[in-house]
Amino acid sequence: MTIFGIPILSLLVFFPLLGAGVLLFIKREETLRWVALVFAFVEFLFSLPLFFEFDPTTAAMQFVEDWWWIESYGISYKLGIDGISLLLVLLTTFLTVLCVLCSWTAITFRVKEYMISFLFLETGMVGALVALDLILFYVFWEVMLIPMYLLIGVWGDPKRRIYAAIKFFLFTMAGSVLMLVAILALYFIHQKATGKATFDVLELYKFGVPAGTQYWLFAAFALAFAIKVPMFPFHTWLPDAHTEAPTAGSVILAGVLLKMGTYGFLRFAIPLFPNAAYELMPLISVLALIGIIYGALVSMVQPDLKRLVAFSSVSHLGYVMLGMFAFNTQGIQGSIYQMLNHGISTGSLFLIVGMIYERRHTRMIAEFGGLSKVMPIYATFFMIVTLSSIGLPSTNGFVGEFLILLGAFRSNPVYGVLGATGVILGAAYMLWMFQRVMFGKITNPKNEGLKDLNAREIITLVPMVILIFLMGIYPKLFFSRMDASVEKFLSDFRGRVEMKADLPSPKVAEIKK
Amino acid sequence: MFDIVWLVPLFPAIGFILNGLFGRALGKKAVSWIGPSAIGLAFLTSILIFFELLKKPPSERFFERIIFDWVVSGSFHTVIGYQIDPLSILMALVVTGVSFFIHIYSVGYMHEDPGYIRYFAYLNLFVFMMLNLVLANNFLLMFVGWEGVGLCSYLLIGFWFEKDSASNAGKKAFVVNRVGDFGFLLGMFLLFTSLGKHGIWTLDFTEVFANANKLDTVTVTAITILLFIGACGKSAQIPLYVWLPDAMEGPTPVSSLIHAATMVTAGVYMVARCNVLYSMAPLSMAIVAVIGVATAIFTASIGFCQNDIKKVLAYSTISQLGYMFLGVGVGAYSAGIFHLMTHAFFKGLLFLGAGSVMHALSGELDMRKMGALRKKIPITFWTFFIATLAIAGIPGLSGFFSKDEILWQAFSSPHGHFVLWLVAAVAAGMTAFYMFRAVFLTFFGESRVDPHVAHHIHESPRIMTIPLIILAILSVIGGYVGVPHVLGGANHIHEFLAPVVGGSEPGKSHAALSFVAQAWASGGENGGHSAALELLMMVISVVIALIGIGFAYLFYIKNPTLPKLLAERWKGLYRLVYNKYYVDEIYQVLFVNSLKKLGVGLWRGFDDFVIDGTVNGIAILIGWISSVMRRVQTGLVQNYAFSMIVGGLILLVYYLLRTIFY
Repeated sequence: MTIFGIPILSLLVFFPLLGAGVLLFIKREETLRWVALVFAFVEFLFSLPLFFEFDPTTAAMQFVEDWWWIESYGISYKLGIDGISLLLVLLTTFLTVLCVLCSWTAITFRVKEYMISFLFLETGMVGALVALDLILFYVFWEVMLIPMYLLIGVWGDPKRRIYAAIKFFLFTMAGSVLMLVAILALYFIHQKATGKATFDVLELYKFGVPAGTQYWLFAAFALAFAIKVPMFPFHTWLPDAHTEAPTAGSVILAGVLLKMGTYGFLRFAIPLFPNAAYELMPLISVLALIGIIYGALVSMVQPDLKRLVAFSSVSHLGYVMLGMFAFNTQGIQGSIYQMLNHGISTGSLFLIVGMIYERRHTRMIAEFGGLSKVMPIYATFFMIVTLSSIGLPSTNGFVGEFLILLGAFRSNPVYGVLGATGVILGAAYMLWMFQRVMFGKITNPKNEGLKDLNAREIITLVPMVILIFLMGIYPKLFFSRMDASVEKFLSDFRGRVEMKADLPSPKVAEIKK
Repeated sequence: MFDIVWLVPLFPAIGFILNGLFGRALGKKAVSWIGPSAIGLAFLTSILIFFELLKKPPSERFFERIIFDWVVSGSFHTVIGYQIDPLSILMALVVTGVSFFIHIYSVGYMHEDPGYIRYFAYLNLFVFMMLNLVLANNFLLMFVGWEGVGLCSYLLIGFWFEKDSASNAGKKAFVVNRVGDFGFLLGMFLLFTSLGKHGIWTLDFTEVFANANKLDTVTVTAITILLFIGACGKSAQIPLYVWLPDAMEGPTPVSSLIHAATMVTAGVYMVARCNVLYSMAPLSMAIVAVIGVATAIFTASIGFCQNDIKKVLAYSTISQLGYMFLGVGVGAYSAGIFHLMTHAFFKGLLFLGAGSVMHALSGELDMRKMGALRKKIPITFWTFFIATLAIAGIPGLSGFFSKDEILWQAFSSPHGHFVLWLVAAVAAGMTAFYMFRAVFLTFFGESRVDPHVAHHIHESPRIMTIPLIILAILSVIGGYVGVPHVLGGANHIHEFLAPVVGGSEPGKSHAALSFVAQAWASGGENGGHSAALELLMMVISVVIALIGIGFAYLFYIKNPTLPKLLAERWKGLYRLVYNKYYVDEIYQVLFVNSLKKLGVGLWRGFDDFVIDGTVNGIAILIGWISSVMRRVQTGLVQNYAFSMIVGGLILLVYYLLRTIFY
């Protein structure tokens, strides 16, 4: 499929970059904002055909583009999406529009550089999601790093932004470097065994890496992705990054960048090294469970709103990992769905915190209280998003959480039981936070004159709320598009795991279901 | 005709959307019409369906309507679908009927409140969720309603969110309910996976119950206990009852509707709905019955010492819910549901009456500041009095029939036991006592009303008193649908519910329901006790109730100084009961404080110290190493020359040694 003669995926990858280029020549701040918005919005429109033209009946990669990039080394420019990446691409283009909108008045200096960073970031994100060549993926993966680093370091909260930016950069970098080594190792092992030089993921899927080596390569990939997710105990960069980043930075960080970690597991780490992934299932599941409970407990006692949401992310991403490593349909579909949910609900939470931050220049919970009285519209949105975050049935969060826990329970009831405790803790920390911010009498005189949301802010939140209910009430719309890909993912995985005769058989029987 | 079942929840949903999104634009007057009429229409539709259902022979009283596929993931498939059968339509009638009157009452009661529009939006949403709960044809949709009503309860308890006590109570209700829901969730997981082992992947009620016989007893016991944990949360049973007394922070009609008549009975409904599973798990039934009866007597005792009229009613509600669980726990599912219905009438009425008293007394709740209101607000008094007679189990009123049915079944059912009966009977006496205590303190004796308040005591407007009167009528006549055979009645409700909950004429049920009959064919509800014994037990329970009333009369009319004397005599015991056995405080220390401490400990101790300590430690270490290494780069040529010579010497020595030794 092409738009204006350009293949759609390439267009989606490079259109934001074109936007960034155009912004270079604009001076007026207001014009900069509008042009950035137009580019983000058109990009979103361009991405919509993916959803409608996507063929849900096949698990094969779609909209594929495949050219040589550096032929002598087997590096290709190969793009394509399947049911796993489709929705994430849409989430990215969707959230970027909202990010530009919510930066409208929040960003007051170096607007040009800011908007350029954002569009540049979008190129990186979309690229990483559609790349089917390891080197190409790695390039986009690193491309994402730089604008995010700048977003935190330049437009972040002045107090600790440098610390947070460097911490973010180093944590991520530490993982990426190991991943690069693993990519190269995989390439050479494959070349040695088959005589074919390629970084093509689909080719490499077919190759069975010797079991012993799988552990090392999986470990390197998994570390890079686990830091990005972030999984316990690699999560400590996240609260700092989230807290110091500007609102839009937090939104995109939570909404998309973290998903790169979980997506990386699904696209690369697990299918490339299935035996290692299978063997390490207990370890990852336990880390995920710790993340769920630990994130919730620590979240509960945070005095800073953004930090609270950040730790809640650790908890929610724990669910995503738990479901993924259940290795059954419900777990994995729930996991993918929860990636989207988290992007929407936590993204909205950051938007909401950002709106109040813009008014009061503080994020301390203790500074607030009783806001429902003066900001009823804000209160309504905040409530809906809170409910989505705690997984109330009929919102998106429920569908994801339920399937994940069901999947986990099927694979190991103990995981299901422990994971479900997060349901209680989630309600506790979110509602307690909501109560302290929104309920009670207004005790702080600074809150008395707060203005309710303006039209731009409402426009930013309304699409989120619509998605919250749409995804909660009619999930079939989205599930139908990931069914085939997830089934193929699982059947490939099971096939590979079963080939290894030395695995204890009852476990294999368990995942076969 | 049955096809229109989806209209029943749709009307409240429309009401919610209109009031919630456009309420402000439409204005108060429109909202006052939309709110109650949405429920009224749902009520009418339910009535139509009910009569349509009656026309069919009992075995064919089942209908399912699937709206659309909901969550579909691999072998997991659930739908948004509604089912009509005697149990669900009865529940729908109770819910929409009582809601309708309470909505009307609310128009008067909430008239002056600035949150009027929001109130009706929430109330409509509640009814929508509740109808999903009772009409759902599968566990997952039931769970939507289950948590949905919890949400509305949260929103309405904290309706006056500026009050800290209200927002605390709302949050407490939600979180405690979530503990129960945790059990419910796991119950669903276990049910789904264990049926899956037999190749049946479903959460659909009909399919689950039809295949329940494939499950072994241990599994079913685990499933039913987990589901019952959910019921303990929603229906406020030990140990999760603590949220309900606090829930009285909400507007009084809300207490009446949600925290007495409808939502809190959801657990009882759920157990009755899953009767096939429970009947397979005697241990679970025993647990349900014991928890039920223990809650009944425990909270009745707390009711003795409460001075807040709504708190008395709240503990009474918990206690009465205990009765319902006792009923379903001994396998008398229809008796449990029967009591659920009559309780909805009289307890709904009691709360509305309390609301009317508050209305008269400018919001006063403390019974120590009431008294002698009988003459001043006669309609409120008489209706309240009738409801009190009903709850106390005075023969001829609805509560008598339903409570007595449960008591009798607790004794005579194969799952029953004399001790269960005894405890329940004593609790019945206690109920009569604390309820009459409330009546005497509020309406009789001398006025202790604050003089500022006293001069504008007035009866409530008609929009409030008419619902009181209607509910009072229902509290009287509601029991006649279940007059036991021994009194020459036909026990219609029992017959009506039989296709769903069993106990009558096996073999005649609808194919989809025949498994109920099968499950019951072996048991049979009555252990073959004689009619004379049943009558005797009935007389005993009435006598116990009269004794309770007698004591209340003695303490609060005849000799009002007695309670004080007793309280001083047994100071410790009085304080223990007055403070509700300190259960809240114990929970606070055990769960809330310890979890917060754990959170802080993990944050400061692990996140900041261990992880970041390590990471930053490495950074500092590297910095230190570099700063040491840096000194080597002095920029002085002499130093570099010196190192070159030392290096050269070392190499030389190395090669020399090598040639010597090899």
